[in-house]
Amino acid sequence: MARALITVPPNAKRGEVIEVRVLIQHPMETGYRPGSDGRILPRDLIRKFSCRYDDGKSNEIVFSAELYAAIAANPLISFHTVATGSGTLTFLWEGDNGFMQSEMAAIKVS
Amino acid sequence: MNRRQALATLAVVMVRPAFAAEGDLAGAIRTWTGGAATKEGRVKLDIAELVDNGNAVPITVTVDSPMTAANHVTAIALFNEKNPQRDIARFQLGPRAGKAQVSTRIRLATTQRLVAVAKMNDGSFWTHNVDVIVTLAACIED
Repeated sequence: MARALITVPPNAKRGEVIEVRVLIQHPMETGYRPGSDGRILPRDLIRKFSCRYDDGKSNEIVFSAELYAAIAANPLISFHTVATGSGTLTFLWEGDNGFMQSEMAAIKVS
Repeated sequence: MNRRQALATLAVVMVRPAFAAEGDLAGAIRTWTGGAATKEGRVKLDIAELVDNGNAVPITVTVDSPMTAANHVTAIALFNEKNPQRDIARFQLGPRAGKAQVSTRIRLATTQRLVAVAKMNDGSFWTHNVDVIVTLAACIED
């Protein structure tokens, strides 16, 4: 399991726009770079990211991204969402070589 | 052909496909927009104009939009001019985002132009171009 750092405000007012920051440990190997033996290192990228927000009433993807080789190692993504209700945010990263990791964060909305 | 010329030719043949095969910047944008016209404005691409280290460059895209159900940004795409591949990232947003602002960290192989393109729910496309100078390129160390 890769280490993931997730920053979601634990409390928010209903209707407030909150910032969500997610960082995951991953080399994001481009497939264009030679290694120490001179041979091109095989591509190993995270290709997709999504954030699903389950607020009790609806459970839908509020943000998603497609990542390419130009994204730096240990990809950091920061985005916004409206705090619609208390619930959980589920983050999913998918990539080359069957990479898949899911993380959750709880949010309390008053 | 002497040995030096042969080596030079070989180097050109080996280097070119990786950097040229992915097509040009305008073509990549056209492919993403489906040939629709793009206009300058409404999008702001925030990045340091002088980049010391191309391995992780913070970048923020902000789109001027109320993000309501009737008027919102549906997608943002980032493109570069001179990395091996034109695409940087694509983001899908909606009215649930509340604010059309996304940040990440990117790699830059050399001094080049970056383009952010935002797609609105009415089908219009808006762009912002930024030229950045890179002093230490990405992708050269092991």
